[in-house]
Amino acid sequence: MSIVIENLTKKYGEQKAVNNISFEVKTGEVVGFLGPNGAGKSTTMKMITCFMSPSSGDVRLDHKSILAHPEEVKKKIGYLPENNPLYTDMPIVEYLRFVAEIQGVEKSKISSRIAEMIEMCGLDLEKHKKINELSKGYRQRVGLAQAMIHDPEVLILDEPTTGLDPNQIIEIRKLIKKLGKEKTVILSSHILSEVEATCDRILIINRGRIVADGSSETLRKQSQGQELLTVQIEADNSEVNKELLSLATVETVTPVDGKTGFFTVQSKPEKESRKAIFDLCVGKKWYLMELSGIETQLEDVFRDLTN
Amino acid sequence: MNKIWIITRRELASFFDSLIAYVIIIMFLGFTGFFTWVTPSSNIFLIGQANLQVFFQIGFWTLFFFIPALTMKMLAEETRSGTIELLNTKAISDWEIVAGKFMACLLLVVIALACTIPYYVTVSQLGSVDHGAMIGGYLGLVLLSAGYISLGLFASSITNNQIVAFLIALLIGIFFQLLFDMLGFSLRGGIGNVLNYLSMRTHFDSLSRGVIDSRDLIYFFSVIGVGLTFAQAMLSKRNWQS
Repeated sequence: MSIVIENLTKKYGEQKAVNNISFEVKTGEVVGFLGPNGAGKSTTMKMITCFMSPSSGDVRLDHKSILAHPEEVKKKIGYLPENNPLYTDMPIVEYLRFVAEIQGVEKSKISSRIAEMIEMCGLDLEKHKKINELSKGYRQRVGLAQAMIHDPEVLILDEPTTGLDPNQIIEIRKLIKKLGKEKTVILSSHILSEVEATCDRILIINRGRIVADGSSETLRKQSQGQELLTVQIEADNSEVNKELLSLATVETVTPVDGKTGFFTVQSKPEKESRKAIFDLCVGKKWYLMELSGIETQLEDVFRDLTN
Repeated sequence: MNKIWIITRRELASFFDSLIAYVIIIMFLGFTGFFTWVTPSSNIFLIGQANLQVFFQIGFWTLFFFIPALTMKMLAEETRSGTIELLNTKAISDWEIVAGKFMACLLLVVIALACTIPYYVTVSQLGSVDHGAMIGGYLGLVLLSAGYISLGLFASSITNNQIVAFLIALLIGIFFQLLFDMLGFSLRGGIGNVLNYLSMRTHFDSLSRGVIDSRDLIYFFSVIGVGLTFAQAMLSKRNWQS
């Protein structure tokens, strides 16, 4: 099921929380929303799930507009809201049954769906407990279970891994990857490595606008531009510095703080310096201990784009 | 309809799980039973008439105070804890949510009233009773409750604080319970008549005398309709454009 978002805008008074964003998500794509707090991630999700109506613009799921057919759209979406609100006075099984009934799961299938969800989310040992007796991690699993109980074609997960321990995080990521093969998934997070690990595509949002869109690879390449190298050469530091700078392809050379013999070399735009550095060392009979490229981290891309 | 019933069932289960239901039923039976059968000044044996007028009058006031306690958490708590976002993003309309909660409160009141059927049986053993007045009285209590529940739901929809919701429900309620009646009495003419018509007491009294008049029914259904419509409008407020 594809999602088309068209010129979506949400105003709170004068402030535009989401400012005219448009994008498209295809079936089977896992898309990660990335952005600082207050960037408009949750607001966008709330509009897609029909919790709030947009100030202008539209969202369509397989050509069905959220404005014209909210009931039908809601049936096809599984949503895990930001703080994972739950009816804490209900036992897990009862709660899942309640959600399944509201979402219109067939009566005969409800019990088997609940069993499936309990197994999938690892709730078996806790299933008869009331939700208020559960730890945060288990509540998060209940939140995921209720989002998926009606086997929706679209999953919208607002920070699905908050409050989970590292083992659980890995499990949930695996689960999302698995689900992402058949379903369309949109998730948000501030944890960059998580988005990188689970998503096919990343949208970086800042102040209500999309500032970057692409796979983590393409985003890294885009922001990188110039080649960056780490070089370790065993020789007189100041001489190495001078010689490196004199190479035709090199723009800047900075010694690495606290490590003798290490330099960070930035090449001129569109140029490569590895071969020149190697040749230099051979010519001077220096020992080249290390020569490696520095990959831009997603963190850097994120900071560049949102600061 | 089905969706409404799902909400109703959950809310009722939550009433019974949290003991609210038992407390309300026991207190209701306690108050009405005490005044109907025990108090020296007004008990049935002293009055010596085989009717439940005393019970209906006490019920009239007891429900007025108890219903805000039932309705106060209905929408306010959902807004406060954020669970309203869960409901609103599921395949259920705002109207079905409000109607489901309304039905749950009303059913609880009906259960409490059903527990007083023994009063009716006892009185009918004591002498010949006017069954019309009895049925009218019970019907009046149910309609009165439905009216206050819908107003209570509206009060609960405008705040996320249960105490505030309770007090607003009482404040709105006291106009219908008492003030419209008193003002209608002191202000004569057109305004007086309108206020008199708005008072719950006028309509409840005529029902509990066994007179089932369409004007009274229309009145109660209008109050219910207005309360529920406003509650639903407040719930849909998130979609209004600023």
